[in-house]
Amino acid sequence: MSAMPLALARSGWRTASSLPMAGRVGLFFVVLWLAVAMLGPSIAPHDVGAVVSPDVFGPLSAAFPLGTDYLGRDMLSRILHAARFTIGLALVAALAASITGTTLALLAATAGGWIDEVMSRLMDAFISIPSKMLALVMVAAFGSSVPLLILTAALSYTPGAYRIARSLAVNVKTLEYVLAARARGEGLAYIAGVEILPNMVNPMLADFGLRFVFVVLLLSGMSFLGLGVQPPDADLGSLVRENIGGLFEGAPAVVTPAIAIATLTVSVNLLIDALSGRATRAAEN
Amino acid sequence: MADKALAARLVLNRIGVGALTLLVVSAVIFTITNLLPGDAAQEALGQSATPETVAALRAQLGLDKPGPIRYASWLGGLVTGNLGQSFTASMPVTELVATRLPKSLLLAAVTAAVSVPIALAIGILAAMGRGGALDRALSLATLSMVAVPEFLVATIAVLLFAVKLRWFPALSNAVDIQDAGQFFRTYAMPVLTLCFVVIAQMARMTRAAVIDQLSASYVEMAVLKGARPARVALRHALPNAIGPIANAVALSLSYLLGGVVIVETIFNYPGLASLMVDAVTNRDMPVVQACAMIFCFAYLLLVLVADLVAILSNPRLRHR
Repeated sequence: MSAMPLALARSGWRTASSLPMAGRVGLFFVVLWLAVAMLGPSIAPHDVGAVVSPDVFGPLSAAFPLGTDYLGRDMLSRILHAARFTIGLALVAALAASITGTTLALLAATAGGWIDEVMSRLMDAFISIPSKMLALVMVAAFGSSVPLLILTAALSYTPGAYRIARSLAVNVKTLEYVLAARARGEGLAYIAGVEILPNMVNPMLADFGLRFVFVVLLLSGMSFLGLGVQPPDADLGSLVRENIGGLFEGAPAVVTPAIAIATLTVSVNLLIDALSGRATRAAEN
Repeated sequence: MADKALAARLVLNRIGVGALTLLVVSAVIFTITNLLPGDAAQEALGQSATPETVAALRAQLGLDKPGPIRYASWLGGLVTGNLGQSFTASMPVTELVATRLPKSLLLAAVTAAVSVPIALAIGILAAMGRGGALDRALSLATLSMVAVPEFLVATIAVLLFAVKLRWFPALSNAVDIQDAGQFFRTYAMPVLTLCFVVIAQMARMTRAAVIDQLSASYVEMAVLKGARPARVALRHALPNAIGPIANAVALSLSYLLGGVVIVETIFNYPGLASLMVDAVTNRDMPVVQACAMIFCFAYLLLVLVADLVAILSNPRLRHR
């Protein structure tokens, strides 16, 4: 029973230690941020809404490692809470986009014909609406709420996932073992789920990582504009917005949440690049 | 001769697809903004309005007609430049847009003028020294830069140049610009922020386009002939890479559309994007619809230009 996790951990470690430097830095921060998202609120030194210092826009200090915000609240605690919001929302939206995109792509690729044609045309039209424009129009029409933000981000990034997944599926579809399964008389669902899907998991995981980065940037951008996550809840973008008044005093409270977002998105990018680079090198050797 | 006809057909076909896509996009935007019915008249008159005046205004605005008819008349208005009346500013949307659009276009033009040469230089240098230290450093830098949120770049720029060094003002009102120095101080920071993201994208795509050409067999031939690397890159590969590079430039410029929303807001720049953000905040639907259509049109236009350049520069269609 216990041999499985051990073997998994060992192969995980081997993968990690074979990564280039940038990939290892990326992996470190990705693990760190995932841990923060899971544990954040329980390790926060102060209550998220508590005003703990008379000093507004306080500097970095021993008592408040990331300074204090515009009301004198502890920035470290604020960021630990906000990170869970940012990462959680983005994970749900990116998962929804990837799963919907992949499912529709499998359907289109295996069914072919007019279903494929109509679906691909529709996706092409939808991809022509820049994600920020769609998000602004959606918020203008329905007002901002967490379910709406998730829906909007998922809608924005489904066509991209669909495109990648469809081109992968169309390639896999022509391989001999899939043709053999067809000749055996297997159903479309079996061919899509058992023969094609397993062979596109790795590139789709890499694509999922990129969608996650896009969603984090989109949603924190919306929150920064005041059109995303609404108070009293706050994601990392909201923290930048609520402290923007301290910008001209050079308050750390403006920059630290923005840096937090950048370390998250950049490290996911670096990790994916290193992992897919490893895959191409392995394929070339 | 047959190839010219083929190219012309491809071009016309592509323009047709673009026009059709724009139509679908307009239908999507109209549908989303009209799913919650009839609130426009209520919104304009406020909560205290009597049902009769709301109904009267609804009839006057044409809100009592069925959806497809309203869509058709809205679409007709878009084409003829009649974008309706703003709820909050109580003036025609066309007038609002006319004051803001040139400012955004100027910002985009300055950004393009600064970013294109830099990005091309970075991309071509990186491609020529493929796999070398410079290439790896640039790859890492551009890979990181594309994932950095615009407001981080903007806040750091303000902290550095406006707060610490005091070189530029932190806000870019762009109202009465009299001389070149003032122009520079107004545009420096928004342009710097926008360039940061766009250059990263453009350099990555340029590098990929040039590498694609450098691995072609005619380049191998030139190398075997004994031509120097700079000559191979500039005389042999580059002329053929112009199409793919122009394609990359047009596509990367479309990233401006997302960035400009954040940048105009943070620097208080009076362009179209900040007009749209204000309209979304106030739920001023006619303005939101008009701005969204202009941005989507600009995006589709850039993608169309990118595709047309790719078609027209394809040597298989040009010669033979």
